[in-house]
Amino acid sequence: MQTPLSVQDIEPLRAGDPVTISGYVYTARDAAHARLTELIQSGKGLPFPLEGQVIYYVGPSPAPPGRIIGAAGPTTSYRMDPYAPRLIQLGLKGMIGKGRRSQEVKDAMVKYKAVYMAAIGGAGALMAKAVREVQVVAYEDLGPEAVRRLKVENLPLIVVNDTLGNDLYLEGQKKYQIRSA
Amino acid sequence: MREIQTGSIIEAVKDAAIRANLDLGEDVLRALESGLDRETSPVGKEILAQLLENAKIAREDRIPICQDTGVAVIFAEVGQEVHISGGDFKSALEEGIRLGYEQGYLRKSICHPFTRKNTGDNTPVVVHLDMVPGDRIRIWVVPKGGGSENMSRLFMLAPSAGWTGVKERVVQTVAEAGPNPCPPTIVGVGIGGNFERSAILAKKALLRPLGTENPDPELRPMEHELLEEINKTGVGPQGLGGRITSLAVHVLMMPCHIASLPLAVNIQCHASRHVEVLL
Repeated sequence: MQTPLSVQDIEPLRAGDPVTISGYVYTARDAAHARLTELIQSGKGLPFPLEGQVIYYVGPSPAPPGRIIGAAGPTTSYRMDPYAPRLIQLGLKGMIGKGRRSQEVKDAMVKYKAVYMAAIGGAGALMAKAVREVQVVAYEDLGPEAVRRLKVENLPLIVVNDTLGNDLYLEGQKKYQIRSA
Repeated sequence: MREIQTGSIIEAVKDAAIRANLDLGEDVLRALESGLDRETSPVGKEILAQLLENAKIAREDRIPICQDTGVAVIFAEVGQEVHISGGDFKSALEEGIRLGYEQGYLRKSICHPFTRKNTGDNTPVVVHLDMVPGDRIRIWVVPKGGGSENMSRLFMLAPSAGWTGVKERVVQTVAEAGPNPCPPTIVGVGIGGNFERSAILAKKALLRPLGTENPDPELRPMEHELLEEINKTGVGPQGLGGRITSLAVHVLMMPCHIASLPLAVNIQCHASRHVEVLL
């Protein structure tokens, strides 16, 4: 899929679908989400658009010489759960991270149409291979936690939560669980 | 008396911090390969294959295995016959980390608990220091990521809980963590001691190379039983479902208070990183 994402792009997706994302994604973690939420609450403008966009929960390691980015795998998404529903309501269409989301976030994805996709946690070197451009757009003082606009090409992901409320983590575990007698 | 200069400590720690983050240990690679063989879930197999590919890219391209290059945890055993000269021992450990994280292009991930202002150099370091017989210094540099650490738990159980209670809590901790700590995990279990000692035992247990048996015959069957129960949860690689939720469970145990049964569960993600240096 190419960003920005439309409702038509994401409605057909189902939990378990392997997808790739190309185009611009914005990076943000705990500290940036707190600041963005504060701006929203005080009615101020955001440093980047939300409508149709995708946020990648990542704090990359520094770029060594000759490279544009270091390792760039996902951070654990639940920490952004308090902030995500509001952003989804305001037009955020995709989130990339790893780990389960809260019921509030899943409900917001169903209500306002958004998807949550998982990148492989701990595969920082592999994920970085999909990054073509990096630009800090806000909160440079946050260092690794700054908001960066990444241009990605074929970032490999798997849909975890779709617009119908399905959850790949729940389905997957149930399939392989062995209950003791 | 054997003299060791802080300069050599700084160099050794710097080098170890970089190597730990870029070169995944052979024992971990073997464990991932074994997991790949035994996993029955197709998505699980794909994930494990990607993790092995990732380790190869990191090693060859000289970039970190994971962007979370972690809190720098250091276990140090200082021999009684050693005389450290040239400066302060703990400052030397911190300087080694500071230099390693700067020169190795590792992420600075330490901040004030409330303002969240980054300290800028990945210090302070968490040091567990022990004095032992002999004239060597043995240092383990153990970068520990936040994701798996956040899913770790400590329980002050009642003695009546017994082995059954311990087993329940360990499996519960892993099951509740689900996808969050980046399975397949290695689970460090510390039993006994006291509140803080149980936690240190749990982390220390993670240092034993994967694929080796616990030297204590009492703990071996515990490790096997816990691993079997954990892998019945079906959490699987990256929590997407599968038979390989954990690669190993390592247990360390010591006597405790007659009124207590402390239990610490320190979850380690698949990027199990530690380098040992001997000075």
